[in-house]
Amino acid sequence: MNINKLREYLCAAYPDLCPLFSVEFGDGSLTVAPEQLHSAASDMRDWGFGFLGMVTAVDRGETFELVYRIQSRAMQTGIFLKTHVPREDPHIPSVYDLWPAADWQEREAYDMFGIVFDGHPDLRRILLTDDWVGFPLRKDYEDERIIRRPDYI
Amino acid sequence: MSFFWGMLWGVSGVLVIAVGATIGVWWERKVAARIQLRLGPQQIGPAGSLQMVADVLKLLLKEDIVPDAADGPFFRYAPLAVFAPIAMSMAVIPFVAGWAPFDASVGAFFFLAVPSISVLGILFSAWASHNTLASLGGVRAAAQMVSYEVPRSLSVLSVLVLAGTLRPVGVMDAWEWWWIPVTFVGFIVYLISSIAEMNRGPFDIPEAESELVAGYFADYSGIRWAVFMMGEYGGMISASLFGAAMFLGGYRLLPGVFGVVAFIVVAAVLMTVIMWIKWTLPRMRQDQLMAFCWKILTPVALGQLLVAGVIAAWL
Amino acid sequence: MCALSEELVVNIGPSHPSTHGVCRMVVTLDGEIVRHVEVVIGHLHRGIEKMAENRTYLQVVPLTDRLDYVGSMYANWAYCRAVERVAGIRVPERAEYIRVIVCELQRIASHMMSVGPVGADTGATSVFMYTFNQREQVVDLFEQLCGARLTYNYVRPGGVSMDTPEGWADNVRAFCRSHPTAMAEIDRLLFGNVIARQRMKGIGVLSAEDAVAWGASGPVARGSGVSWDLRRDDAYSIYPRLDFDVPVGSNGDCYDRARVRLWECIESCRIIEQALDQMESGPVMAEGIPRLLAPPPGEAYDHIESARGSLGVYLVSDGTPRPYRMKVRSPAFCNLALLPKLGEGHTLSDLVVILGSLDPVFGEVDR
Repeated sequence: MNINKLREYLCAAYPDLCPLFSVEFGDGSLTVAPEQLHSAASDMRDWGFGFLGMVTAVDRGETFELVYRIQSRAMQTGIFLKTHVPREDPHIPSVYDLWPAADWQEREAYDMFGIVFDGHPDLRRILLTDDWVGFPLRKDYEDERIIRRPDYI
Repeated sequence: MSFFWGMLWGVSGVLVIAVGATIGVWWERKVAARIQLRLGPQQIGPAGSLQMVADVLKLLLKEDIVPDAADGPFFRYAPLAVFAPIAMSMAVIPFVAGWAPFDASVGAFFFLAVPSISVLGILFSAWASHNTLASLGGVRAAAQMVSYEVPRSLSVLSVLVLAGTLRPVGVMDAWEWWWIPVTFVGFIVYLISSIAEMNRGPFDIPEAESELVAGYFADYSGIRWAVFMMGEYGGMISASLFGAAMFLGGYRLLPGVFGVVAFIVVAAVLMTVIMWIKWTLPRMRQDQLMAFCWKILTPVALGQLLVAGVIAAWL
Repeated sequence: MCALSEELVVNIGPSHPSTHGVCRMVVTLDGEIVRHVEVVIGHLHRGIEKMAENRTYLQVVPLTDRLDYVGSMYANWAYCRAVERVAGIRVPERAEYIRVIVCELQRIASHMMSVGPVGADTGATSVFMYTFNQREQVVDLFEQLCGARLTYNYVRPGGVSMDTPEGWADNVRAFCRSHPTAMAEIDRLLFGNVIARQRMKGIGVLSAEDAVAWGASGPVARGSGVSWDLRRDDAYSIYPRLDFDVPVGSNGDCYDRARVRLWECIESCRIIEQALDQMESGPVMAEGIPRLLAPPPGEAYDHIESARGSLGVYLVSDGTPRPYRMKVRSPAFCNLALLPKLGEGHTLSDLVVILGSLDPVFGEVDR
């Protein structure tokens, strides 16, 4: 389905979420505040986005940008659901109760970034060993084994 | 003096089985390879025939690893407890007219009963390995082997009923060609039960490589493992020989020395069929295996026994 | 009802013949029945996403090879699609056709790597050799094409790295003619066997609702009746011009999942033949792409239908020659999360078959 058409349907069904929806680079994304995330996700799931593709984060300096990719088979389209959490003490409610697929995905986001998902049944490291110190995908992660490339490449 | 002759017989018997197992493993590797669109051992000796000699030499030279947590004497001597009864049971098989290495009057019973002792050997090795997966494999193996003895014994009993004697030489003397069609169903039951007794083919869940990584003999290496394998192949050889003798006529098929040759050839064909079955069929799960034994094989063996008994009584 | 029975905890360790890679399962058994499975992954974690932040866009392509190492072609392709989207590159027609052909060939090779070991897990080791015969032929075709057998680094941002050699198209057609017969034979040998049916039917049943809720995709979801294939439903590249069916199972057990994979191979042959017929000559790499590709700041998510499911790459660029963030949405990772749920209540032997039917490749699971 065309992304602009989706925007029309979304504005008709959920008028309060309408201003939060933007189309960038051909993809639609719904950017909400952290407190609104669970309710917006619940609305989207009830509307037809029953498939959670991925949960990930991007280190934007002062905040972590949490990116969820949700897909709808019926509407044959997918959108982003984004929110920002502060870098110090990042907490966000878990969406495990909406999509059980979030189980391992959120554990990976915790493992790599240190974002704590409240309400997750079993939040512990998944890819790294249990006694690993630090969160590797943060931009300020220090490890002497990392070799920086020169800036001209 | 008789002790000396007894020792000589024993050692030569073990050597015969060892050589037989070596040839059996080579043949198995060739058969398996051809079924899988490959060639099998090629390099060592003509058509890879000396490959097994090289392998046995390697196994003899390996370090004898005994895990620290393993139960010393039980761990070390369990392979012998598995191999020895099977070697003993081969002694009662009649090879030429009127002669078996151990001509016992209850020979058939001896053949069916004595290999059950190897179940104890398997339980020793499973327990003494001090390893969860090994003990799982051992328990599975024990249950399976004890269960499949029932249809095996019943099917052999149908031939014994027709012959009227437990002595294998006596059965060979009394053998008639029309026993083959009459006891054919019993022969199939005997073959399947023997495969299950040896933990081979579709019944190898106790040593299922893909799950338990060799189950009850997981911690065995070198020559101790080789003795387990000799037990398995020895069991296969003895089951093929006994089946060829009792059900298919043994040396009675052709007169004179041709009979002995025919006997060996028929036994070799049976061994090939057993190998063929192993490399074609997937393995049955434990509960499916037990259901197959008790719900299908045992009633069929009983039916065969009934038919044989009626015919024997009628004659 | 046993008065004295304890639960046994068995560790099926990372190094094991049947775990399809490095996967550790801590299984709590009650007799032979599995009560709880804990899956421990991460033994093959190499930090590919972190490494991608330290390399140029072109240097990341060999990293993607090693994600799903049984399917390097489509792993490259997913990443390249995301890069092309964020950089605004248009890929020439011939390159799109070649990409589709190698992706479908790779799908066949990957499914052969899955169906064979499922057969070997149930004990039919000979079937494993037959499927590998087919895989060997595909890998030989790839060797003629780009010189490598496992990690190809062939699909690059903007197209493919080199054109097909003379006679390659004829070799591919010959393979596509012989492959369906081999698949029919394997179907009979493995899926027609009564013991294999007993081992696989009714084992690890996944309902369609659970498949979608748990994020399963690919043959795992299609085996449960969820008829969703990105090549048809969210069609990308030149798939809208091709005509093919999507096999769907009905029961959601191991048998259906494995059989869906087998039938997908036959459909892939159809796709390849149509693509070879429609393909025309032309350039295989877009013009004017700088060596140090520095896309404008932005982000893109693009996904393809890989052999395991929906393989997506989320790429964030910041104007420098290196990606700011690359995230790989790995279908094997999401499918593997189902294992504790599917394994409960079955025996240990079934657990191994269920793991095989979920078809994980740990390069992709662990990244």
